[in-house]
Amino acid sequence: MYKAKVNVTLRKSILDPKGKAAHHALQNLGLNEVGDVRIGKFIELDIEAGSEKEAKEIADSACTQLLANEVMEDYKITIEENS
Amino acid sequence: MSKQIGVIIFPGSNCDHDAYHAMKSVMGAETKFLWHKDADLSGIDLLIVPGGFSYGDYLRSGAIARFSPIMNAVVDFANAGNPVMGICNGFQILLEAGLLPGAMLHNEKLRFICKDVHVRVEKTDSIFTSKLKKNDVLRFPVSHGEGNYFIDQDGLKSLQDNDQVLFRYCDKNGETTEEANINGSVDHIAGITNKQGNVLGMMPHPERAMEKLLGSEDGKILFDSVFNELQIA
Repeated sequence: MYKAKVNVTLRKSILDPKGKAAHHALQNLGLNEVGDVRIGKFIELDIEAGSEKEAKEIADSACTQLLANEVMEDYKITIEENS
Repeated sequence: MSKQIGVIIFPGSNCDHDAYHAMKSVMGAETKFLWHKDADLSGIDLLIVPGGFSYGDYLRSGAIARFSPIMNAVVDFANAGNPVMGICNGFQILLEAGLLPGAMLHNEKLRFICKDVHVRVEKTDSIFTSKLKKNDVLRFPVSHGEGNYFIDQDGLKSLQDNDQVLFRYCDKNGETTEEANINGSVDHIAGITNKQGNVLGMMPHPERAMEKLLGSEDGKILFDSVFNELQIA
């Protein structure tokens, strides 16, 4: 059993208005050290698979077909072994 | 047999009855509802994918709806050259289904926008706008949070080269000013077709602009065009 942790964010070239609004609020808090904020989605998948490679492939297929829209989003997958 | 219009209902659709009323009562056409689990589009001559919040807009607007059982039939129907109109959430679903290019971002200023807007007719050799004139200005309501149309530079060039942009947001004089681009869409895009021209997606609601009593009947001209082209009564 594996756990895939998926991060979906807007592509770098696309303005992220939610991130920008949050960045604004952080500046109001005085946290001027924060240079940029990007807000995305975090998705966890429990995957029954024979190997880490297979789990990654399944997660990848989930991302390209549904979880991310690659017209506007990038995704990153991290696989962990579930105890 | 008279021509028939189909209006799809997804869980969370909320403009299905507006579309049904517009087609049946105002335009006087045979109209029937299609449940998202139906897979049979036989006898349908024009398909409307209505607005709303299918599946609560979970994940992304339209992302889950595109996997509804009826969508395979919709893709076949569209690929066979039959006319499909996606309005608002319907547009988002057609984008997610890959029947139209591009994607929808949250409105640039993050607000849900619910008001009447103006759009300029960019093209009239289309089954959807044949009764209109280029640069006509139409007034339609919009009601969306994710209507900020996005496509990359290559995609935009392809849309322009293939003359796929049907409507652009404009002011009441037809000028595409910065303020008129209510949601931040690329190139002021409010409505596009596929390359073949039989699939339309638009964020504004023509089906809610059918009666003077309700503010505008500009939507009727759009449907008059389609009905004329399809020879629907």
